[in-house]
Amino acid sequence: MSRRLLALWTVGSLVAAGALGFLLWRPSLFEAMPVDRTVFLPGATSDGHYQIELDCEACHTAGFGGREVIQDACVECHGAELERVDDSHPKSKFVDPRNADRIAVLDARECVTCHQEHRPGITSEMGLSLPSDLCYRCHEDVGEERPTHAGLPFDSCANVGCHNFHDNRALYEDFLVEHRHEPPLRRVARISWTDLPRSVDAERRAPLGPGDHDAPPDLRDLDRWVTEWAGTTHAMAGTQCSDCHRTADGGWSDTVTVENCGACHEFEEEGFLASRHGMRIERSMPPMRPGLARLPMQPEAAEETLDCNACHGAHDFDPQQAAAQACLGCHADEHSLSWERSPHAALWRAEVAGEGSPGSGVSCATCHLPRGSDPRRRSRSVVFHNQNDFLRPREKQIRSSCLECHGLPFVLDSLADPELVTTNYAGPPSVHVESIHYASVLRWKLEGREPPWQDERNPKGTQP
Amino acid sequence: MTLALFAAGVLTGCPSSDASRDGIEPRSMADTLHAVIESNRTTYTRRVVNRLTKEYEVVRASEHWKDEPTLPLPAQMFRMGAELVAEQDTGLTYALLSTWPINKQNRARTDTETEGLRFVADNEDENFYAVETLGGQRYFTAVYADKAVSPACVSCHNEHRDSPRTDFELGDVMGGVVIRIALDR
Repeated sequence: MSRRLLALWTVGSLVAAGALGFLLWRPSLFEAMPVDRTVFLPGATSDGHYQIELDCEACHTAGFGGREVIQDACVECHGAELERVDDSHPKSKFVDPRNADRIAVLDARECVTCHQEHRPGITSEMGLSLPSDLCYRCHEDVGEERPTHAGLPFDSCANVGCHNFHDNRALYEDFLVEHRHEPPLRRVARISWTDLPRSVDAERRAPLGPGDHDAPPDLRDLDRWVTEWAGTTHAMAGTQCSDCHRTADGGWSDTVTVENCGACHEFEEEGFLASRHGMRIERSMPPMRPGLARLPMQPEAAEETLDCNACHGAHDFDPQQAAAQACLGCHADEHSLSWERSPHAALWRAEVAGEGSPGSGVSCATCHLPRGSDPRRRSRSVVFHNQNDFLRPREKQIRSSCLECHGLPFVLDSLADPELVTTNYAGPPSVHVESIHYASVLRWKLEGREPPWQDERNPKGTQP
Repeated sequence: MTLALFAAGVLTGCPSSDASRDGIEPRSMADTLHAVIESNRTTYTRRVVNRLTKEYEVVRASEHWKDEPTLPLPAQMFRMGAELVAEQDTGLTYALLSTWPINKQNRARTDTETEGLRFVADNEDENFYAVETLGGQRYFTAVYADKAVSPACVSCHNEHRDSPRTDFELGDVMGGVVIRIALDR
């Protein structure tokens, strides 16, 4: 190759690389160009991120930053949840230099050490891209302090009912021991969060009637809309038509945005925008549609767009409809479809029919979008709209819903039974988790007592 | 933190000419930080925990304070502050360690920690200073005796089922405050 050709090739390569760089990191300059960004994906993204994988800037927030840029992006979206669940392995534990030897074998200061993206060949559930026996790197000698754990395979640490890397609020030893004698079903089995008054970020005003509305008089089908509105809790709380249908410049919009709802339901809006349902809206992308999902969905719902009205209806804000039937309008996986035949669903139908007490039924939302104490004002309740916080690992649901009706031993065994998960908990568990027994043995030993090897949790009296 | 730190003379306590001109010796800085940390710790232990749990008996202190409307234990309060400082990446970290820790994560992990905890246990009115290298980074490490300053310290450690030692008395050295300052930053 002559020197002139080489120079030409070098200049051409630099120009092409520069254009590619701009395209990736400054897409706004190329908005007019119909570019298919999928060509830039180095590999399929995880189930948690595929919805926003074409918004490269969601994670690669700066064009030429290193791992610290990715780390900041991780924390931006996931930091609040990790703090809320009292992360068992926070970064702050690993920045202490006394743990430098641990960092050398597993740099837990950065999320990407365990959660690499675009690596489908090595990525398992919850975006883990390391072998599942990763715990041995720091806890190799666990058997010395806990004889019950000696010899256990390290790829079983994160088995359901045992340990999670981040969220162990329902799995720590004292909690297991405290709940060890609970019965499978509580004497009063109901979701108590329903007793708390709801948290709304707006002043309650005098109730409004049909004649009080402030909708434009020339609105098509006005009478129908006003009649529907007048029967809602919104009208009863003094919420005017314009409160929801207001545009940013104070005008009228026939449709209602997530932002409109968030004006009074700020906590719910925040959760929704962080969720699998709303994360595309948060990233200014077209809303999620069931047709884009990786999970099985109802074909006829493929083109539905997911915003607040997708589940809550336009003027029909029936929370019971939103808690189950709205979900089943889209979700068609075995777990979802089995719900209708489950004891949980039977209780739900009874509650909806007025035959069961409030909180006695179990809908999809009871477990995955639960009502709970408002973290800002504990005496009031909110609905957590980010299902990621109550999905996987399954133990995330224990304290928010399962324990309201069931005892912990039954819950752990049920969650650990894959067949039961598929059938939507249609019967008693057929597997047994040893966690509570192990924790109890440790407690007895620490208290200087000989463990009663044979008890209701260990009927065979097996000594660990 | 803009203080200039220098390694020269840290073990002897002799200030180098550069240090006296531009900044503060690591040892002086560690001693000062310890005075602040220990004062806050003692105040929380005596004026909040001991007063409310032992004198007035109006609230409990519990390691599961996030699950219950209880006070964080003094050791937890200490660690929360230490973690907030560590997150700021100032080159300063500190920890409360012990030869008899309730939480096994708080036992000595480095040779310097082991030596330092032993030293302050044997010489409760003296401090321990050293320079150690961890993860390729040099640190000035100081260890200070941590004593049982209130009845709440003694009763909690003596009665806790995870405590490896149950014969503490008021004023005993229960462990040590370890302060590390990154050098060469």
